[in-house]
Amino acid sequence: MSATDTPAEADASASPERGHGWRLLAGWIILSVPACLVIWFVWYPHLPPGRMSDSAQHQQFDIAVLAVTAAPVVIGVLLYFAYVIVVWRVRPGDESDGPAIYGNTKVQATWIIGTTMIVLFLFVFGTVELVGPAGAGAGEGPSPIWKLTGTNTAAWTPAGNDMLQVQVIGQQWAFTYRYPQFGGMESTVLDLPVDTPIEFHVTSLDVIHSFWPYLLGVKADANPQVDNVAYTTVKTAGGFVVRCDELCGLWHGAMTSNGTVLSRSAFQAWATGVRAKEQAEGVLAALPPYALTYDPTVIPQLGKNIVQIDGITGAAGYYYGSSNPVTP
Amino acid sequence: MPVAARAAALIVAFLGVVGLGIFVAVYYIGAATTQLPIVHYTASSGQVNVVLQEDAQNDSATRPDWVTYYTQDPATKQWLHTTLFSVPANVKVNVTIYGYDGCTPLRNNYFSQVQGTIGGTVTVSQFDQHGKEYVTGKKASVINSWSDCNVGHSFAIPDLGVYVPVASPNAQLSANNLCSSSPCTPSGNPYAVETFSFMSPVATGTYRWQCFVPCGGGYLDGNSGPMGTLGWMMGEMDVVSA
Repeated sequence: MSATDTPAEADASASPERGHGWRLLAGWIILSVPACLVIWFVWYPHLPPGRMSDSAQHQQFDIAVLAVTAAPVVIGVLLYFAYVIVVWRVRPGDESDGPAIYGNTKVQATWIIGTTMIVLFLFVFGTVELVGPAGAGAGEGPSPIWKLTGTNTAAWTPAGNDMLQVQVIGQQWAFTYRYPQFGGMESTVLDLPVDTPIEFHVTSLDVIHSFWPYLLGVKADANPQVDNVAYTTVKTAGGFVVRCDELCGLWHGAMTSNGTVLSRSAFQAWATGVRAKEQAEGVLAALPPYALTYDPTVIPQLGKNIVQIDGITGAAGYYYGSSNPVTP
Repeated sequence: MPVAARAAALIVAFLGVVGLGIFVAVYYIGAATTQLPIVHYTASSGQVNVVLQEDAQNDSATRPDWVTYYTQDPATKQWLHTTLFSVPANVKVNVTIYGYDGCTPLRNNYFSQVQGTIGGTVTVSQFDQHGKEYVTGKKASVINSWSDCNVGHSFAIPDLGVYVPVASPNAQLSANNLCSSSPCTPSGNPYAVETFSFMSPVATGTYRWQCFVPCGGGYLDGNSGPMGTLGWMMGEMDVVSA
């Protein structure tokens, strides 16, 4: 195009360029369709976090949908880059300027409408996927908005649709689990019944931890003196690992525990057995009454602050008494 | 300002920043990676005897007021200020812990329960400062740290499911008489002796162990300090090929 060309003249002279759009569209469709099919039919079944619980299944579905949504966008951008580099590259000896750019209403409208539709779709999709599975396995705080359907009972039974309550207690550097429907018994392993709505109450006795049974698709922060509620329903029997996902000190990386998903009857037998053992050994009596949060500086059974007990006074750490030769 | 002077100022500033970085690296990272001795326990007849003590203070120059564990060298019987030891795989590990520190409530009283030991129990004896044994060989599956002031610290290897509350000397009898010079000896000090056994795993590797009592005096809620430092209230048990 010469320097004296008007935009209209430029458009007219650029008419041979219009085939580029169709070529790009065809290439985009040819690459995007198989990519989406591969993602959906090959990747999807193997995407994390698996299908062990309903929240995990939803997360796997979400990731697959997001991948299918994102793949055509990524392919379009990369394809355009590659096309530009190949087709409109500078040839040897060509030192002329490229044509002036005056904008293209059709391209701009397509881009704006397309991206708007994607964003709005993701907004609606994300909201549905958050509300539908009762918070999507994430901690919802002490007053959850989206609750899982289940019957709240004082004692859990394998029959019916009883919600199992499990309190997750984080402490440097271990998780323990209390089962209030089994007398408040506590365990270092997280055993759960299959096909049962589960309500986790996550809290901490010291610093901030994060309860992350990865395969269950559940993740909830464990904050001291906060009851963080998360829901899931486990669908498959088997083992899983619980990790801490909040940097909580030197042994954060080793703060793991094991869990097992059992049949309902096997779970009841396990929980009843642990309860009986802890009752017989006096462990249940030694535990504080079940509460949604604990103040680590207070011993509930005695109704006293630790600093009042046995002359244990002073110190920011509370625990060393004046009789101690190295009271800080 | 002449160019030479500006260049010199820049070089000085640069060297200052580099020097500060090196200092920080050496001071903190160097301190964190200080090599602790490892005590090697060898098995005899399929058993190995690990001996530890926990004191309210220590003999270090840098942190003399930190509570700590000591590990006894099986050959010299000397107490080493370390929490690293090794045991052979798949042997019975007999642990003896001398408790010289006073009682401290567990944050989670669930760990008052003995778990993961052979028989699910520990054996506890307590002595006053005159050597009088007022509790003799008591077997216990729970040492309640809340109702009785009898737990000093704990010894736990979470990966093996071993959780043991470690008895302290009696709170009343030991008041104002706790050992104040480390490593402590039975003579003239009230103390508790606790023994228990567990099987070392078949798989070799490093297993961390720690105390669950929030015993970092001077730190918020008893965390950090000795609670979060190797060589004090946490350590590693290396399981090596038999």
